[in-house]
Amino acid sequence: MSDAIVEYRGISKFFAGIRALEDVDFACRPGSIHAILGENGAGKSTLIKIMAGVLQPDAGQMLLEGKPVTFPTPQAANDAGIVCMFQELSLVPDLSVADNISISKPPRRFGLIDRRAQVARAEELLAQVRCEDIDPNALVRELSLSRRQMVEIAKAIGRDPKVLILDEATSALTSRDVQTVYDLLAELKAKGIASLFISHRMHEVDALCDTLSVFRNGQHIETFAKGEKSEREIVRLMIGRDVEAQFPPKPAPKPVEERGEELLSVRGLKWGNRLNGIDLSLRRGEIVGLGGLDGQGQKELLLALFGVLRDVEGEFLIGGRKRLASSPAAAKSGRTRIALVPEDRKTEGLMLGMPIADNLLAASFSKISRGPLIDPLLARKAVDEEIERLRIKIGSSADPVMTLSGGNQQKVVIAKWLMTDPDIILLNDPTRGIDVGTKQEIYRLMRELANEGKAILFYSSDYAELIGCCDRVSVLYAGRVVSEQEGDAITEESLVAASLNIGIEAA
Amino acid sequence: MMRKASWQRWLYQNVGFATAVLLLTVLYLTYNMLHPRGFSSAVAIQNSNEAAAIAFVAMAQTLPVLLGGLDLSVGAVMTLTNCVASELLNGPAWQILLGMFLTLLTGTAFGFMNGCIVVYGRIQPIIATLATGAIAIGLALLIRPKPGGNVDDDLSWALTNSVYDFADTYGLAEGGDAWWLRPFADIPVPVILIVFVAVAVWVPFRRSVTGRTVYAIGSAEGAAYMSGLPIDRAKIAAFTLGGFFAACGGLYLAIQTSSGNADIQQAGAYTLNSIAAVVLGGTSLLGGVGSAIGSLVGAMILRVISFYFRILDIDPLLQPLIEGVVLLVAVSFGAFRTLRVKNQLDLFR
Repeated sequence: MSDAIVEYRGISKFFAGIRALEDVDFACRPGSIHAILGENGAGKSTLIKIMAGVLQPDAGQMLLEGKPVTFPTPQAANDAGIVCMFQELSLVPDLSVADNISISKPPRRFGLIDRRAQVARAEELLAQVRCEDIDPNALVRELSLSRRQMVEIAKAIGRDPKVLILDEATSALTSRDVQTVYDLLAELKAKGIASLFISHRMHEVDALCDTLSVFRNGQHIETFAKGEKSEREIVRLMIGRDVEAQFPPKPAPKPVEERGEELLSVRGLKWGNRLNGIDLSLRRGEIVGLGGLDGQGQKELLLALFGVLRDVEGEFLIGGRKRLASSPAAAKSGRTRIALVPEDRKTEGLMLGMPIADNLLAASFSKISRGPLIDPLLARKAVDEEIERLRIKIGSSADPVMTLSGGNQQKVVIAKWLMTDPDIILLNDPTRGIDVGTKQEIYRLMRELANEGKAILFYSSDYAELIGCCDRVSVLYAGRVVSEQEGDAITEESLVAASLNIGIEAA
Repeated sequence: MMRKASWQRWLYQNVGFATAVLLLTVLYLTYNMLHPRGFSSAVAIQNSNEAAAIAFVAMAQTLPVLLGGLDLSVGAVMTLTNCVASELLNGPAWQILLGMFLTLLTGTAFGFMNGCIVVYGRIQPIIATLATGAIAIGLALLIRPKPGGNVDDDLSWALTNSVYDFADTYGLAEGGDAWWLRPFADIPVPVILIVFVAVAVWVPFRRSVTGRTVYAIGSAEGAAYMSGLPIDRAKIAAFTLGGFFAACGGLYLAIQTSSGNADIQQAGAYTLNSIAAVVLGGTSLLGGVGSAIGSLVGAMILRVISFYFRILDIDPLLQPLIEGVVLLVAVSFGAFRTLRVKNQLDLFR
């Protein structure tokens, strides 16, 4: 493709030996709106981070208008005309809207920032995105998320892009603003600017884009023009047919009356604008999956149940109590104990520099103490038992936990929470970034725990896991449960379709 | 969203600063009413002399705090430059001016060094400056093992009194009697110096890309990086400018006391008071919000509180206690933030 504005040849990127992108060829023509599709972890984010100069590729070549280039910093990519709007916003909250829009290259007079010109420029750009209601002198902190996103768009446009990358740029927008963005992209297209559009909303892609590229497992699968393939074919391309890890056998579904006692029941759970009325029930002995694309409220739901969020509304019944726990400390004690294996083991799960034993004991000191003192014998016994049970491979329990591999670190986090003897176990993507062997052990452990009568709520960004492990799956979209699937009805197609909130019936 | 009138918006965005100004105004007016010779030039001169050094040091502390760090060397740099100045500020006029220049250069260079250590050594500001602060005190002790010094008497007199005295000393404006000088004649010179430094150095800095980057770093360093801002340059500039302000403080202290004194306790007290002043002036210790002008006001509040002890006949031993309570009450306002947090994990980020 000689007419490409940007072209990538043989791009690879690895994180700690795990493949994020491998040998990807990709090109984008001027004046096109190009969608990038793929499941979670397919490599879309890595690709755009490389394009924007945030990450450096381990191998491969980048061509901009036919000339080889490298972008060591985001600044370099910006200067070359590649402007990226990231999912996590790049606005500075304590500066004004006008400051943010012209942040790196403000208009100047006598070497100093010309505030009046800056406000005028901000007003002009905000008018272009039809957000005249935003006060250029307001601080970004004062704006709502959807307004911030529009400021972000104005800021990107103000940088005169040749290639504009929109990563989930519409996720927080109101429908009026979405229309504005559509119009704007059409204008840019007419001016010959290439837009790369990453969205999980199929109807947006359909309405907007002229070219689609599908990524899967770090590889570029196919690029085709809009209309060449049906939605069903696209979904198939996204899933692929890779053989997945082995799962322990599931028990046959039981009729409702024979199922375990209901431990947790939630009706109409609401929190800010992230959770919009979730209904959920959890019984002893079952594994319930939370599906859907990243960022549809799954993490917030787990945090809410664990007592981390404030001002959560809804009706709750948790082991006979009518309230949610007020804090993690309250959630892990009491009659119905809850444990949360957090998403990020490095910050919320572990104290990396501390010994393995101390990490294991961190949530259950009350169980191994006599009066105010920790009993070292009880502590050692508890630690040894748990290491044995999860088969954690360690040298000594006095080693710092950061000396372990990712999989063993994750086992430490899980073991730590099992030591509190919880009734309800909330798992937030527990197999992310760990090896296949450990994954299988975790699946087995989950089933064992369920058989012991615990209730497990399991969020995973990997559909195969949900299918292989769960008795039931609730798929979340925009903070709501859009689909509940049970037993054999859980298939990759039905999960992907529900995640994208499009109406393909399962075959 | 409704657009707010510009003054409303200013007030909303600068609540901390506005509160500090109000507090200072009330405290200082009350003080003058209680003082037997209140509202006189003599009282103003005395007060401004006592507030000048801490005001400069507080401005110096503001920059690292805006970045989200702390500079524990500001008091020590002030002490070092104070000792340097006590050696150099004498002789003919050109020599005195050169001495002032070298004094300010010393502090600026020291700040530059702090910045380089923080940026290129990747050491947290608080520990880097703890170490360099000790170095600064060590150098000060080498220069001036015993308190003392030789500062030009005329200079000392002229810069620590009113504008009239300044003109009188150097025979300017008809020895201070010129008609056009009358409106300014009673203004204390230190006030003019502080305002001059604030307007000539701070205000342009704040309106430069580097200055704005300092705010952006303190507010959201990741976003600043993603926006392609010159992060390293801004951090070095912030510490360098901090060193310059601290040197202004040291220079003024030398002129005021006609001497230099490598006093370790004094250096520590100035550093701690500078942090208190920065917070009182509405600058967030988390970074990204505040200004050196606010710190100036904060420093004056601290000083005015101490003036009360003289006129109210309170036991001076109570002074630290009362200052502590005032500081605690002032910073508690900042804690209201935590009541609005919806995700309790955000409290730890």
